[in-house]
Amino acid sequence: MSSEPTPEHRSDTALRVNGKPHTLRLDHRRVLLDVLREDLGLTGAKKGCDHGQCGACTVLVDGRRVNSCLLLAVSLDGCDVTTVEGLTDGDDDLHPLQQAFLDRDAFQCGYCTPGQICSAVGVLAEAEAGHPSHVTDPAAPSGRPVPLDAAEIRERLSGNLCRCGAYPHIVEAVEDVI
Amino acid sequence: MKPFGYVRAGTVEEAVEALAAHPGARCLGGGTNLVDLMKLGVEHPDVLVDVSRLPLDTVEELPDGSVRVGATVRNSDLAAHPLVRDRYPALSQALLAGASGQLRNAATTGGNLLQRTRCPHFQDLSKPCNKRAPGSGCGAREGTHRDHAVLGHSEHCIATHPSDMAVALAALDAHVELYGDEGARDVPADRFHRLPGDHPERDTGIRPGELITGVVLPPTTASLPSAYRKARDRASYAFALASVAAVLETADDGTVTHVGLAFGALAHKPWRAERAETALHGAPATPDSFARAVDLELEAARPLRDNGYKVPLARNLAVDVLTRLAPPARRPRHLTEDS
Amino acid sequence: MTGTGTALGAPAERREGRQKVTGGARYAAEHPLPGRAHAWPVLAAVARGRVTAMDTTAALESPGVLTVLTHENAPRLTEPDDPTLAVLQEPGVPHRGWVVALVVARSLEEARAAALAVRIEYAEEKHDVTLTADHPEAYEPETANAGYPARREYGDPDSAFASAPVRVDVSYRVPPLHNHPMEPHTSTAQWEGDRLVVHTSSQGGTAVRATLAALFELPEDRITVDTGHVGGGFGSKGTPRPDVVLAVMAARETGRPVTVALPRRDMPALIGHRAPTLHRLRLGADDDGRLTALTHEIVTHTSRIKEFVEQAAVPARVMYATPSSRTLHRVVRLDVPTPSWMRAPGECPGMYALESAVDELAGALGMDPVRLRVLNEPEREPDSGKPFSSRHLTECLREGAHRFGWDRRDPRPRSRAEGPLLVGTGVAAATYPVLVQPSTAEARALPDGTFVVRVNATDIGTGARTVLAQVAADALRVPLDRVRTEIGDSDLPSASLAGGSSGTASWGWAVHDACTRLTGRLGGLTGRLPGEGVTAHADTAGRADAESPYARHAFGAHFAEVTVDSVTGEVRVRRMLGVFAAGRILNARTARSQFIGGMVMGLGMALTEGSTMDAAFGDFTESDLASYHVPAHADVPAVEAHWIDEQDGHLNPMGSKGIGEIGNVGSAAAVGNAVHHATGVRFRDLPLTPDKVLAGLSGPPAPTSGRGG
Repeated sequence: MSSEPTPEHRSDTALRVNGKPHTLRLDHRRVLLDVLREDLGLTGAKKGCDHGQCGACTVLVDGRRVNSCLLLAVSLDGCDVTTVEGLTDGDDDLHPLQQAFLDRDAFQCGYCTPGQICSAVGVLAEAEAGHPSHVTDPAAPSGRPVPLDAAEIRERLSGNLCRCGAYPHIVEAVEDVI
Repeated sequence: MKPFGYVRAGTVEEAVEALAAHPGARCLGGGTNLVDLMKLGVEHPDVLVDVSRLPLDTVEELPDGSVRVGATVRNSDLAAHPLVRDRYPALSQALLAGASGQLRNAATTGGNLLQRTRCPHFQDLSKPCNKRAPGSGCGAREGTHRDHAVLGHSEHCIATHPSDMAVALAALDAHVELYGDEGARDVPADRFHRLPGDHPERDTGIRPGELITGVVLPPTTASLPSAYRKARDRASYAFALASVAAVLETADDGTVTHVGLAFGALAHKPWRAERAETALHGAPATPDSFARAVDLELEAARPLRDNGYKVPLARNLAVDVLTRLAPPARRPRHLTEDS
Repeated sequence: MTGTGTALGAPAERREGRQKVTGGARYAAEHPLPGRAHAWPVLAAVARGRVTAMDTTAALESPGVLTVLTHENAPRLTEPDDPTLAVLQEPGVPHRGWVVALVVARSLEEARAAALAVRIEYAEEKHDVTLTADHPEAYEPETANAGYPARREYGDPDSAFASAPVRVDVSYRVPPLHNHPMEPHTSTAQWEGDRLVVHTSSQGGTAVRATLAALFELPEDRITVDTGHVGGGFGSKGTPRPDVVLAVMAARETGRPVTVALPRRDMPALIGHRAPTLHRLRLGADDDGRLTALTHEIVTHTSRIKEFVEQAAVPARVMYATPSSRTLHRVVRLDVPTPSWMRAPGECPGMYALESAVDELAGALGMDPVRLRVLNEPEREPDSGKPFSSRHLTECLREGAHRFGWDRRDPRPRSRAEGPLLVGTGVAAATYPVLVQPSTAEARALPDGTFVVRVNATDIGTGARTVLAQVAADALRVPLDRVRTEIGDSDLPSASLAGGSSGTASWGWAVHDACTRLTGRLGGLTGRLPGEGVTAHADTAGRADAESPYARHAFGAHFAEVTVDSVTGEVRVRRMLGVFAAGRILNARTARSQFIGGMVMGLGMALTEGSTMDAAFGDFTESDLASYHVPAHADVPAVEAHWIDEQDGHLNPMGSKGIGEIGNVGSAAAVGNAVHHATGVRFRDLPLTPDKVLAGLSGPPAPTSGRGG
């Protein structure tokens, strides 16, 4: 084994994760997903493909849902990150979406579940902010909240694959919290 | 992925200086394709210049009625922006037809233009690929190539450009703004990407050290009827098998006064259908004349063993989109019932 | 025969649900182990040949690298029963994507970077990876997967077919398919002195322990295999895969805990796949629709190192009454990765082809396809002559037809359009065998009035913790909340794998028996229980695996409505409805999820999922999740699953049949039949992607069948 990575390949990076500040000296190659899982022990965000093709790694950065597997952590210096662990209020109070996933049996193996839930949190905010989707009527007025029906939810959550096929129940769970 | 240096640029000048100081450096926008390719070893820069925080994150109307989109505006914000949704619906629709909500939240306007092909041979270091390793051959031509080009390909490369957004920009007569150590210039969006020819390693005409600073949408196509349609293997979160962006203006007598038409997933670049456009000027905006014009354009197609389906698919898409954009009275009955 | 309690059948909530929605459930790569290293496999870049030179110098000098294992220096393994596990033992390359080196480093980034620096030279040989129906090297194996005879024949199917007044002679193709569980195959291994602890993503930890014991020549009691949470398997984690062997090797060589998490792109070559199947079906019927001949012949591929034969002609031995039949499997050894189990191996592709052909026969007869199936219901299992323990296919078809509104269907193909969308509906039947394996379990009564049930079951998403507690609560006649289950650890009583839809029946039987015994033991006790409680064990060997005089299968019926866009050839499913007869449903909530999940996978098989074996390079073109299209949310509409209340006393103490796979059987055929109904065109080559459908819509319909004469 040879030496440590050279200094020009690492940087101090400040992240606020689930409300808690961290400053880490990170290999520039390290993506947010691996920081969460390997450096911070937050294994809720999952590695399904490591290439932005499955959505299992979805977290919220500054309130927006993103694939944490494709974000170099060094580029997020100063950002606020929320993972599935951070959605729970205290130890006991589940986020309404977490409770809805339980109520609807909206998962089986559970591996895509944290990503689905974080993605759904993002979906609700995006629709409220007036973001359209591929299935939004182009004639709908811009800049106004978009009502979420089942077709909207399905389209907007399509970046989160579920091989167990829990999709119908996931859509019901999201409908429950609208 | 090999170790690399990281420079965060605060201004465009800083970015250009950093690019000049580190030949071979890559610009990092949203990273959704670059980091993907770095993990695969396809891209291996020594230095990344992070341009994602440059103050280029606004969409604004210019005095001449153009709309200027900064290079770091995220795809999701661009698709949702009222100036884009209301004036250039094809662009909004193209963005929303691409990738996923998460990816669009990260991907930037500049980065979307500079994304690389999803050709599986390009992404696999164990395969020959003239785009990745010039001179090594084209694995796709010999291997499977259902998703590859039918127009403008060369013996060296049959890859397609994967962007949806760029197809809409081409049809809308947008321009790409560039800035480098020789100053600013701009390039029509439909000339920004190039055909592979003898140098498939070059996707675009961007010069070493140059940076995309923005995209300008012209007043000439603002608020004209426009639309984007994409066919794909699954209902969402899939690259196009073929796609079409179209802008159509008609006179009161039902003849075409302006048309912009571009195809996605057929070529190494968004394919501006100039022959079809020429044929349509002054022609009646009817399905028949659309079909004739599109057929004229697609005469140039040279399908390969596995991808002949793209020609009729692109034809149907184009005729459908143009027909939907034409004034209602000109639509055949079956298209008015459900829309 | 069932307990008197009320827990069984109740829609009890998943016991690990809260952990899963909060991110607290830990999977194989997620156990905090100080000093843990990460490994990255290096895969062969030729389809056939051997490694002639391996230069690891640069990789070893790369920052953070701990070791590079190759066939030259890797620990020697005892020859495994499964040749796909003999990794890094010799220079031969049986297929592209075979593991030829493993880089182990402190961090994942360092391992991945160094893997690119390993220099390998090969002596490459000409390869053949192309399956054709008339491949000259095709042969008839002795048995197909699961031990089924490769060939069964009765009556004179050829002359019966030749003289049948109505005939269908059709060929179908199911492409290679990939399991792609969301959690990649992952193993973390750690040596604690002479003890080996492994966290692995597997459908059965008992088998992993036995395999590792044999490969590394260790007593089983020095190995612990943890499978606490598993992110899906769908057959691909049914037996140990190379990740666990590599992790144990690397941990031994480095003295550290090591995680091997297969990169997604490596999975198609390393975890098995559903082999492509080429089907030829010949159905002969008399004028009133009764079958007179049924032949189902398939050709499939396997690898050079292992014979795996997808048993796709087997369901034709179960489904329909016919006086003559031949079912036959042929296989070709090619230079391809080794195929293996994928959800409902055999039944899934076989029933796609059979149920499509039956739909074609209904068309040729001008008969309703539900009626045709009911008409050909057998009294006994056609091939074996055994009586069915229960068979309620007719009820499933009728119930499904009623719920779906089948009677409102205009049977004429291409009779319904909504603008450019062609709309159609289709039906297909489903079957899956009842499998059960011996298991052991322990039940313990504690002084506080609670009970613990211990069994090395694996929960791959089925809800095993929950349903086993329900089985126990009823057997013990106590409320469900007084029972705790411990599963997913090889130190627990040994159990069979979660596969073949056999888990709940196999484990539940042992749990039921242990609890029944415990109840008996407690009945003889007075006063407070001792501190350690009172324990009872059970072992179902000799009973669970006893030959049954009955043919035991679950059945079902699928209905689907699709739209076909005549502009693009894009097919989308509007609704799917399944009705199943699967014995007693033990947990209404988790069962529904499993049925629906299987149906969604069938939707993917019909419309979006297809892999291509690249003839030039010998690998799967669709190697990642961007190119291999598992269905996304937008592909999946409302999906309904229902079931018949089926009583069957010939199964197990719970009266249940397996439910994990039957949802995936026949659903693709229902979708395909609906596409035919929508378009009037029969597509016989899955998946029904726009390229094929658009070509079919514009081309002439292929002549295939009809009245003979």
